[in-house]
Parts: sequence; structure tokens; C-alpha cells
Amino acid sequence: MTHIAKPKFRHPDLPVNRLGLTRRDYEGVVSTLCAGCGHDSISAAIIQACFELEIAAHRIAKVSGIGCSSKTTNYFANTAHGFNSVHGRMPSVATGANLANPDLIYLGVSGDGDTASIGLGQFCHAIRRRLNMVYIVENNGTYGLTKGQFSATNDKRSKNRRGVENLFEGIDLCALAIEMGAGFVARSFSGDKHQLVPLIKAAITYHGFALIDVISPCVTFNNHPTSTKSYDYVRDHNFMVDRIDFVPKRSEIKTQYEPGTSVELTLHDGSALKLYKLADDYDPADRGQSLASLDRYDRDGAVSTGLLYFDENQTDLHDLLATTDQPLNAAPQADLCPGADQLEAINAQYR
Amino acid sequence: MPSDCTFNEFVLKFSNVNGSGSASANLLCAKALFRMGLPVTPKNIFPSNIQGMPTWYEIRVSEAGHLARRDGIDVMVAMNPQTYAKDIAAVVPGGAVIYDSTWPRTFDRKDIEVLGIPLARLCAEHWTDLRQRQLFKNIVYLGALARQIEIDGEILETLIAEQFKNKPALIEPNIKAIEIGRAYARDHFTTRLKVRARKATTAVGKILISGNEAAALGAIYAGATVAAWYPITPSTSLIEAFARFAGRLRKDPRGKLRAAIVQAEDELAAVGMTVGASWNGARAFTATSGPGISLMSEFVGLAYYSEIPLVIFNIQRGGPSTGMPTRTQQSDILACAYASHGDTRHVMLFPGDPGECFELAADAFDLAERLQTPVFVMSDLDIGMNDWVVDALSWDDDRQFDRGKVLSAADLDEIGDFARYRDVDGDGIAWRTIPGTHPTKGAFFTRGTSHTETGAYTEDGTINAQNLDRIARKIEFASALMPAPAIHNVSEKSRLGIINFGATDPAVREALKALAGQGHGINHLRIKAFPFGPEILAFVERHDYLFVVEQNRDAQMRHLLIAEAAIPAHKLIPVLSYDGMPLTADFVRTAILRILSDDQRIAATSATPITAA
Repeated sequence: MTHIAKPKFRHPDLPVNRLGLTRRDYEGVVSTLCAGCGHDSISAAIIQACFELEIAAHRIAKVSGIGCSSKTTNYFANTAHGFNSVHGRMPSVATGANLANPDLIYLGVSGDGDTASIGLGQFCHAIRRRLNMVYIVENNGTYGLTKGQFSATNDKRSKNRRGVENLFEGIDLCALAIEMGAGFVARSFSGDKHQLVPLIKAAITYHGFALIDVISPCVTFNNHPTSTKSYDYVRDHNFMVDRIDFVPKRSEIKTQYEPGTSVELTLHDGSALKLYKLADDYDPADRGQSLASLDRYDRDGAVSTGLLYFDENQTDLHDLLATTDQPLNAAPQADLCPGADQLEAINAQYR
Repeated sequence: MPSDCTFNEFVLKFSNVNGSGSASANLLCAKALFRMGLPVTPKNIFPSNIQGMPTWYEIRVSEAGHLARRDGIDVMVAMNPQTYAKDIAAVVPGGAVIYDSTWPRTFDRKDIEVLGIPLARLCAEHWTDLRQRQLFKNIVYLGALARQIEIDGEILETLIAEQFKNKPALIEPNIKAIEIGRAYARDHFTTRLKVRARKATTAVGKILISGNEAAALGAIYAGATVAAWYPITPSTSLIEAFARFAGRLRKDPRGKLRAAIVQAEDELAAVGMTVGASWNGARAFTATSGPGISLMSEFVGLAYYSEIPLVIFNIQRGGPSTGMPTRTQQSDILACAYASHGDTRHVMLFPGDPGECFELAADAFDLAERLQTPVFVMSDLDIGMNDWVVDALSWDDDRQFDRGKVLSAADLDEIGDFARYRDVDGDGIAWRTIPGTHPTKGAFFTRGTSHTETGAYTEDGTINAQNLDRIARKIEFASALMPAPAIHNVSEKSRLGIINFGATDPAVREALKALAGQGHGINHLRIKAFPFGPEILAFVERHDYLFVVEQNRDAQMRHLLIAEAAIPAHKLIPVLSYDGMPLTADFVRTAILRILSDDQRIAATSATPITAA
């Protein structure tokens, strides 16, 4: 059986958001991934974030490429359209879709193979273009669906299950995204929903390109003791540079952390992020410094997580192209077709 | 006036070094002749280079209306000493050569007239700036040529004024340069040339336009809003024209653009963006050429299988591989008909001139959305980048875009059950929804993996086979929507036919006229679309032999006809030209005469025409 719709039955006392929807209304079909797969935790975090943000789920466009991670867009937001495209090309599909209608939420899910190998070029160029989307990488350092080959984010000298060492440098997608001009760059761990859910909410609300690189262990092919993407390794080496609270536009800010260490960041729609610094020398608003710090921490084997870079004032592709406010896919014929009289004037220029 | 003087039927050729600024002078010449009411056929034969390599520009003038390129140059303006030998050899006996006699030389032809004009010296006398000296040489030779073949001086001056209406300071020196050339010719050459122009009415009311500009306008008129592309000769000018027209015709009241044009990082991204925008309900397109088609193929297969409208303009060039980037061919027919892995079959439209680029561009968007499938507009370098004389473009204001089967929120409320890939109407075309339409209904998962009629993943081979069969039915149904072929029967008795498509048409029509004059009546069909409609099959049926004229080595259209219509191979006789040059009537006529003289069985099937073409 390859496609299992979830039963509609639900507990009558489940919490309901202002749209009258429960968390279950944001679910998708039953996952076919391995039991314990980090990707399923990420789907759960996406569901939680969308529920809490009170998003009308049909206004999400789910886009993905090919691989285990890309399959997961089927496992949340059933009332949203999904597009499982071709390997490594999700960014271009998302770009075209966004050009047609900027009013939807573009939620891309990709993997480390899909993004860092076959799709590296498209990933970089989507960032350059300031595409307004959330780009979640479910990063397990391995090709799961083809049974355990190294991916390009696998750390050099990390070993596979059979003890073979990875000879090549791993690509740090967060550093690359900061370099390419992404305005919102975060790293998280599929095992830490307290960190991940607020990051997803902030990324969805962010106007511009938002990357969340989520280390998401592959329980079948890359969870052994010599892996640097295993549950144990990431738990032991997780170095949180900061923590964020997402504060919706209408709410008053309530903090559960010690005051004096937090910074407030504003999002496009008036929501805010309360950012609590955990590493003294880390400043996510400083592009150069954040890159240098990440390089330093990670050289020591740490997995830096948190909101790594944040630019409050990013403009998006539509701003840059100066496209009209009405979505292009809704423009009526009368606004698009210049008509016969105008054509006569054009003909005259070719006489 | 000498008795052997010919009016309005001649070929001019300009031989230049690329980067020397000759293009605008040569275009000015073509436009001036066109403004005189003469059908002109300019062909730009240019290198894949920016500066220093040979480049040619031919203008055929034919009051009779022949629009194919013609060999045999009547007047050669030889401005490139590197190519003198080849250029001089191309001149017909009795023809003329104009060259820069600042450095005098003799040419080894006694049967042609040589007009030396010291262009460099004249320009050095009148201009001090080195670039101006170089640029105005082109205008000075045009002035001399205009005098020698009697191009209307007033028209030339009007065109210069129009060309520089935004840079008025350039009008006077250009007119001065024309006058310098004209005066030199008047003072040094007592007689004019044997070929001359005089005003005519044949081209009055027509326009002179390139296929890429016309196709871009077609996309504008069809309501295309998203264009994603990667620069590649010879398709680039299509997108550039689209951007220009959008800037003029697609501004909202606040000056913002009702179009989005994105230069992608490669052709894969260009087509990916196009697919994404089409999936999301915008009319989107990309334009490319052979190498781009190869790169786009994976997405073409996705669009075919997941049934997303997709419009691709393929401005074909010489292949395979990088091939001849600045020469023309029709060699992507099979690559596009079945692009991508697995079982696929794609709609192709074949414009025969820029006028049809406009019409078929507009049709392509309707067909892509009606059929929810890729549509290739198969233009080529010759149509796309050269200016052609065609009827003025026309648009019917009553025409409504055919957006195909798209369900609105209200539709979704009304129908009980939605399944994206269910054939509810029996034509193989299922109803689609656009993302974001309805809060609870109409969502589906678009995928390139095997799927059920609701879009769910399946590994059930029977279900997948049924889906593939439905898509095949849909594409079969497409043939009923395709533009009909252009058919010209000269004789009901003739059992001999000719089939062509695209840019070869002027050459084929001119050749058929000449062949009719020699007693060979051959009926003519020009294919405008694939899948082939019933008219094409009926035409093949009622002829014993058919020449299939195409610009590729492997007779690709012939292969397609044999494969798709189960036509016996011996009936279809290939006539192939693949040197990268626009086809000439002489080539077609000679090839057919050779076949007729070699094979009496074929010859016996042509009939004396009842109506000359």
C-alpha cells in the first residue's frame, strides 16, 4: 500500500485555532518513511507551526524535488496543492509559481542530495533572486532512497555504516546561503521541536528567502556511531547560538527567559522575534561575523543551531522586478491583451 | 537607358567585418527598398562572434513577390578584403562590385563591373573621430549604391530621420554621409547599374518584421505574463522583444509591470520556472534553441506526465551539439516530437513566416492550456532573426483566451467529487485546479511519479497504464484542434505531391512555380502542426509520391510521417538541405528535376498543371 489517507476521526476536545481548525486539519497522508525518521518530526513541526500561525492551509503551495525529504510535502497540509517536481529543481518551480502569484506561502522541502548536489545551482540562484519562500532542508548527510551513499553535506572523515570514510569536504548550506544573500538563515535539529517550531513560524512570516537547514538523522543509513549526522552526535554537539520566540503581531510579548539578554527583531507583517543570545560573541545581524563564528565553532566539531543570520529589510523578487500588485495568474484578458487598435499602431512601426 | 536594364528583380550582398557597424546601414538599405513598395528578403549571415569575423547581409528584391533567398549576386558591396575572392566569385556575369578603392586593386573578373569608391579616404576627409570614420563608411557606400541602383533619396532621408528621432544630432551627419557617397558616384560613374529599383505597389500595406519579434507580440497578445529564459542564439531576441513590448504595453496605472521576465541560470531553471508558473495558473513560456531543448527535456517529460501547460519556442539552429549557432536548420523535429525519456508525444506548431509566428504563438497558449501539455513552437533562425515581408498582423478583438478546463471555487462547491486525472468528458482531458482556489476542495499532489486519478502515488501497473493510455488519447484528440495544413493543388490529376514546413515555404513555392512552367504539376501541402491531422493523411493518400523538403540531414519530418501515419517509406522522397543557409528555390527545383529525370515512374505521376501556382 503506497498511499494511505489518514482517518478523519479526531478527539472532540482538540484545541481549535481562530480559523476553527485543529492541528489535525494541517496533517497530510500517512508517512511511508522509516520509523524514527527525523523527517517525520519535521513534518510534525511544520504542522504545529501552521496550526499556531493560523494559516489557511490552502494558501500554502508545497514544493519539493526528489528524495525521502521531498516526499514529505505529502505528509502535511492536505488542503494545500503540492508539487513534487524533478530532482534538484524545486527552486525553479517555486520561482515560477511565485512569479505567477506572490500571495501564497511557498513552502519548499528538500534534502541534502536534492539541494547540495544536483540542485546546488538552483539553490544559490533562488537565493540571489530573493525569492520569498521558506526553504527547509531535511539534512541527513546521506542518500536514503538509494540506500546510503554519501551526500555533499556529509562531513569529511565521517564514516558510513561499513566504515568507509568520506574523502570530500561537506558543504555548509547555511554559510552558503548567507554568502548568497539569504535574509533568514537558521539551522535546527529534527529532535528539538522547541527550537524548530518557532523558527518555522518566523521563516513563514519572513518576507524574503528563509532557509532552515534541519539536521534530520537517517535512522536506517546514517545513525551509526561514526556518523556526524546521528541522533547521538547531534545531541552531544548541538551548540545553540541563540533561541527565538515568535511573537505574533497581535500578542503582547511574554518572555520566559532572563531579561537583559534578548533582542527584538521585527518581521514584515508586524510580528516580532524575541531573540535570546546564548553565545556571547554571536550576532545574527552581522553577516561577516556570523560567517566567521560559524566557521570557528564548526571546525571544533560543533553543530551550530539557532537563527544564524537575519536581515530585517530584505526585498523580494517581485519588488526587484517591479511587478504589478495583482497576482499575474489573476490578471484578466482585458489587462493583458492590447487589442486590435494597438496592433495597428505596432504594424505602422514595421512599415 | 541600356536595353538590358532590369528593374526590381535583383540580389544585393554586403560583405562586411563584424563589429564594424554595417548592420544598421544594411538594414536601412532593405527598409528603403521596402518603402518603395518592393518585397525584400534580407538575410543576415553572421558569425558566432562579436568583432573581426566575416559577416554578410543579402537583400533579394522581387517585385514578383519571391521571398526566398536566391544565389547569384547582382551587386556585391565588398567591404572585407579577407573574403574578396569568395565574394567576387559569387557575382553573376554582368553584375557589379563596389569596393573601397582607398587601396586600389584589380579583380580577376572581366565580366563584371567594378566600382571603386575611396570610402576610407572620403571619411578621413570629413570626420576626425576614428569610430565615426569607420561607421560612416557604411553610410557612404549606401549613398553611392542608392545612386547607382536608384533607391529613392527622400525615402532614405526619412528613414534616417525616423531611426535617429531620439538622437537628432545624428541625423545631419548620416544624411551628409549619404550625400558624400551619392556625389562621388555621380561624379565618377557615368552610367548607373544594370539592376535598378523603382517604386512598386506589391509590398504596400505589408510589414517587414522578424519572426522573433512577431512571436513575442503573439505572446503579449495571448496574455503571457511569465517569461523565463537563458540567453542562446537565435532565440534571445524573442525574449528581448517580449521585454520591450511588455515595457510599452503591460504597465499598470502605477507604472508597474503586468509581466515577470527572469533570466535564469540555465535552461533547466528557465523551463522549471515556466512549469512552476503554468502550474500556478499564469500563461508562461520560455524560448530556446537546440542545446536548450536537450537540457529542458526532463521537465518536458514532467509537464507531459503531470499534465501542466507549457509553451516552448524552439528557434532552431544548426546541430548537433553546439553545432552552427548562427546558421539555420530544422533539425530538432524528432527531438521535440518525443522529448524526454519514457513514452511521450508532444504538440508542435510550425510557423512558415513571422506572420504565423504571431498567430501560432497565440494559438500555442490556448492549446497548451486546453490540452494541459507541452507545446513547441518550432521556428528557426531564418524566420526568427531575419526580417520578412508579411501581411500586417491582425487580431480579432472578439477572440477570448481558451484557458482550458480549470475549476473555480464555485465549481468545486458545485461538484461532489474532484479527481485531478479523471476523464469526466471522454476527451482524455481532466479538470485541473489552481493552487489556493478553495479552502477545503480541489487540492491535489502534482508528481512525476506514477499516480492514480486523484494524483496519489501508486505502484499499480494497471492504473499507471490506464493513465498513460488516457494521456495518449488526449494527444490524439489534439490533432483535431491543430491548425490545418496549407494546401495548394495545381492539378486534381497529379499523383505527385510535395510536403514542407516552416521557413522552406518561399523556396518551395517559387520552385513549384518554375516547375509548373516546365510542365511539372506538383500539388503542395505545408504542415503547420503535429500530431498530424486528417488533411495531411488524406493528401498523402491521394498521391503516389511526395517530396518531403526539410532542412536537416536525416529527413526527420519524413521519419515522423512514416512512423506516425504508417506511410510506406518509398512514397516519401527526401529533399534535404542542411548547409545552414536559408533555402533557395533553385536548390529545390534542381533536386526535384534530378529525381524526375532519374526515375521515370515518379516523373510519370506529375500532371500538366491546370492552374499555375
